[in-house]
Amino acid sequence: MTATTSHVFQARPSSARRWETGIAWLFRGATYLILLCGLMVFGKIFYEGSRTVFKTEAPFVNTAFFTEAPETLHVFNFDGKKMEMGDRAFRAFKEANPAAKAIRSESYVYSAGGIFPAIVGTVLLVLGSMAIALTLGVSAAIFLSEYATHGRVLTMIRLAILNLAGVPSIVYGLFGLGLFVIFLDWNVSLLAGWFTLALMVLPVVITASEESLKAVPQGFREGSLALGATKWQTIRTNVLPYAMPGILTSSILGIARVAGETAPIMFTAAYAMRDMLPWQGLGSWTEFPFQGVMALPYHIYVVSSKIPQNEYTERVQYGTAFVFLMIVALIALTSILLRNKLRNRYRW
Amino acid sequence: MTVAQTTAFAMDISSTNSPAAPPRVPVTAPAITTAAPSAQTTPGGATLIDIDKVDFFYGPSQALFNIDLKVEERKVTAFIGPSGCGKSTLLRCLNRMNDLIDGTRIGSGKIKIRGVDIYHPTVDVIELRKRVGMVFQKSNPFPKSIYENIIYGLRLQGRSNKSDLDAVVEKSLRGAALWDEVKDRLHSSGLSLSGGQQQRLCIARAIAVEPEVILMDEPCAALDPIATVKVEELIQELRARYTIVIVTHNMQQAARCSDKTAFFYLGKLIEYADTRTIFMKPANAQTEAYVSGRFG
Repeated sequence: MTATTSHVFQARPSSARRWETGIAWLFRGATYLILLCGLMVFGKIFYEGSRTVFKTEAPFVNTAFFTEAPETLHVFNFDGKKMEMGDRAFRAFKEANPAAKAIRSESYVYSAGGIFPAIVGTVLLVLGSMAIALTLGVSAAIFLSEYATHGRVLTMIRLAILNLAGVPSIVYGLFGLGLFVIFLDWNVSLLAGWFTLALMVLPVVITASEESLKAVPQGFREGSLALGATKWQTIRTNVLPYAMPGILTSSILGIARVAGETAPIMFTAAYAMRDMLPWQGLGSWTEFPFQGVMALPYHIYVVSSKIPQNEYTERVQYGTAFVFLMIVALIALTSILLRNKLRNRYRW
Repeated sequence: MTVAQTTAFAMDISSTNSPAAPPRVPVTAPAITTAAPSAQTTPGGATLIDIDKVDFFYGPSQALFNIDLKVEERKVTAFIGPSGCGKSTLLRCLNRMNDLIDGTRIGSGKIKIRGVDIYHPTVDVIELRKRVGMVFQKSNPFPKSIYENIIYGLRLQGRSNKSDLDAVVEKSLRGAALWDEVKDRLHSSGLSLSGGQQQRLCIARAIAVEPEVILMDEPCAALDPIATVKVEELIQELRARYTIVIVTHNMQQAARCSDKTAFFYLGKLIEYADTRTIFMKPANAQTEAYVSGRFG
């Protein structure tokens, strides 16, 4: 049978085949469109941000950007050269050169120095709120799927949790302001931010945890109970470890949300500018959770809309966005590695 | 009864080694005698489980009607009957696994093990399940190592002495006729075993906690004939130390393995007697029709 002679199994054109080809291309096109949009957004941020984050000389990374606090940028002419300096450097420059004492400079707030306090603040907020969200969320999921009796009440509770997922994040911010900041008198603090962010991400964690728990085969539970285990012993040793990979996957999504939301932390945890890191200037370590912090998404908001825009502030915006993406990717990577390790250990 | 029929009957333990072709139950109907007393106890058999006029309900619908039978100690008792007749339900009542399903309840009657009503509020279900073990139809080895599977029940009780646990693992695996096959790979996953080996692992896991009773819910249903033979031989060995109640769809298996057989139909106990009697001269017409293959 050669390629040119036709045979019984020859492909014949038909409308079904045309639809098949067309639809496959449609789905392919949709995926590539999404990919393109993602690449454009990330591409722009990486391209512009790399100007701030990377240097041409060793060590090739602008470490000052990562390790210093924000300060005002001074731009001035000296000896015919245009120079830019941060506030501290400018003052030192003025001390060192008596001729420069009377120089006038243009000053741009937030445009020099680095974003170290914001990085610290975001990392602390993510770690704390994910810890609270996972603890509360997994506990609730275990109760809903293993202990609660089936009935109307259970359905209503599930519905209520699903509804929470649709609440706008600004409402969570206001709720946190009312309850944690004002009523419980925590003021603008890490604690208030942790709980507000945890509440925001709780519906996702609960739903995904319930699904992971349901995916564990019933045979594991029955076999364990038939050997004389209590319900909690069964869950702890024979159900929960095998549900962990799914739970951690939901946590990855949660991390991205928690790190990036501005509205919940605007009123509850974030300062536009704070000169002390949360562990500095404390009377005792118990005051630590009550400190407010700077945060990356809020910093981007402040630099982008609260101050006049120019080429110098643009540098900071893109640099901050770049660093923010890197940090979220790093934390998510840790979660993925942990999930893979657990997947290998608790394979079924 | 012809000589051929009696000798074809694999009732003796020693001749259970027949492989793939199980002996046929005589198809020609033996003469039906007048109704013999339904519950016969062999002389000297002490009652371990007393099922006393039990009704059982799944929500509003009744699944068991007035079941009355006594399971004897260190004997193999088989529950046979067509699908949906309630034999698995009754089995799961004996270790209260039906409590896991919403809406189930015992309507009237009691199930007593060693004289204690197991549905009494003071009974600790955990203690009950330690004494009454279960092997399920679809073997469910945990996705842990073979060693971890066996000691799972012991870990629950808090035992952690390593040499203790090693000894129990060897004893249980020997008791389940699996030691020689897995002694070199105790730390490999339980899921890496074949189907028959997995079921024997589940049996080893059940006997590691040293129960008095082992309940087996169609243990060979998912196994090939060779694995089935191995499990049936194992049941014969185990009955010296444990009381075994086995639910089976396979009549020949009940004929080969058990000492006493109970025939259920649509939630009622039709007949309960020595296996020899049930299969050779059943007192009830329905029993006779079932064992001779005319229905079910």
